[in-house]
Amino acid sequence: MSGRGTSVDLELDCRDLRCPMPIIELARHLADVEPGRVIGVVAHDPAARADVPAWCRMREQEYVGEDVADDGAPRYLVRRVRGAAS
Amino acid sequence: MSNASTAGPGGPAGDRPVDLDAASSTTLHPAAREVLLAALDRGYADPRRLHGNARNARLLLDNAREATAAALGVRPDEVTFTSSGTDAVHRGLLGLVRGSRRGDLVVHSAVEHSAVLHAVEWGARGLSVPVDGQGRADAHDVVGAATGHDVAVVALQTANHEVGTLQDVGALELSDGVPLFTDACASMGRLPLPDGWAVAAGSAHKWGGPAGVGVLLVRKGARWRNPFPGDDRVDERTAGFENVPAALAAAAALQAVVAERDEVNPRHHALVDVVRRRVAAEVPDVEVVGDPDVRLPHLVTFSCLYLDGEALVHELDRRGFGIASGSACTSSTLAPSHVLEAMGVLTHGNVRLSLQRDATRAQVDAFCDALPDVVRELRARVGL
Repeated sequence: MSGRGTSVDLELDCRDLRCPMPIIELARHLADVEPGRVIGVVAHDPAARADVPAWCRMREQEYVGEDVADDGAPRYLVRRVRGAAS
Repeated sequence: MSNASTAGPGGPAGDRPVDLDAASSTTLHPAAREVLLAALDRGYADPRRLHGNARNARLLLDNAREATAAALGVRPDEVTFTSSGTDAVHRGLLGLVRGSRRGDLVVHSAVEHSAVLHAVEWGARGLSVPVDGQGRADAHDVVGAATGHDVAVVALQTANHEVGTLQDVGALELSDGVPLFTDACASMGRLPLPDGWAVAAGSAHKWGGPAGVGVLLVRKGARWRNPFPGDDRVDERTAGFENVPAALAAAAALQAVVAERDEVNPRHHALVDVVRRRVAAEVPDVEVVGDPDVRLPHLVTFSCLYLDGEALVHELDRRGFGIASGSACTSSTLAPSHVLEAMGVLTHGNVRLSLQRDATRAQVDAFCDALPDVVRELRARVGL
């Protein structure tokens, strides 16, 4: 799934965080964007590639796909569907 | 050494700790203990020599082979004892690659044990077949991937070692000349072997035998060639001095486990059902994974959102429960479990629980009683 071309409303810098911290950051900041808006989780941790989509499925949010941040780091895109943050 | 002790941390209510990690290694079966102790004295000699003690050792080794064959429903000359399950996997799979007239491509499921993946990386080329959300490779997909002219072997496990899902090994109808290797390490003894394989591998310490004994089964007529240097021992498919006492103890444990499985499996299956049901109902934001029904009887895996697998293992250990985790932070490579990843399920906060032979409802309930507090406490530490 590719997220290329999606506009990102909030980018979370999780480059130096290890699992499960990127997912915890995502949960903490979900409510920082309005429903319909997109959060980008930038993470080098290999677990994020599996865990961001899995989190979306479990928390009923929309996983948009993966693209790259300005520095080339993997970025995982999540569209907020509804209110609950954690 | 002063006051050496084998006691571990305290268990629930001060009892002994509860080992819920049988899939990593099982307690020695009582039937194996007796046989092992007797055979240590009777089976030490070189089974290749011709004097009395040596003939004794050879007799014990032949007994071990016959008992293993009978327990598994194969011929004695199809049974080889190796130095581990991993060694049996390496020899079994790579021997089929070496014997192939077609090529060196191994078609395998994405959730094979790392022993299979390492063997492919070392001595063949691999083509990975994806699995569904329960960790099962579709038989049609596997067969379809194996039609290429350069396919040497199809490798499909009998059951997944991390999530317990059984694979449709018996349903594979491979085209002529492509042999099937099945890694049966997770199920051997507990479940009958499926049909259709040319080579299979098992591991004694997973069924209640001692560590250091693997079982390699090579069907009569299979095109298998030793992929490693040969040796002048009793069995040309393996190398090194035979561990006769351990092989005999492994065979005794296997016989006992096969004889008991009609009683043990339904009991384990029901206890795992309790864990699956209670964990899903009592822990918020948890995902219980693997096939709920068509699975190993004794094993269950689940993942808890926002939890660090290592912290979870330590906290449960502190409360007297020994469990395994497939989360990245508990692996030597810091990579998440390739099994969980391939299934598309949560990889962090992972717990794999697997029951010892004598597991009780009280142990399982004690674990389920303790878990919600542990999860709540660890989540509170990260502010969730």
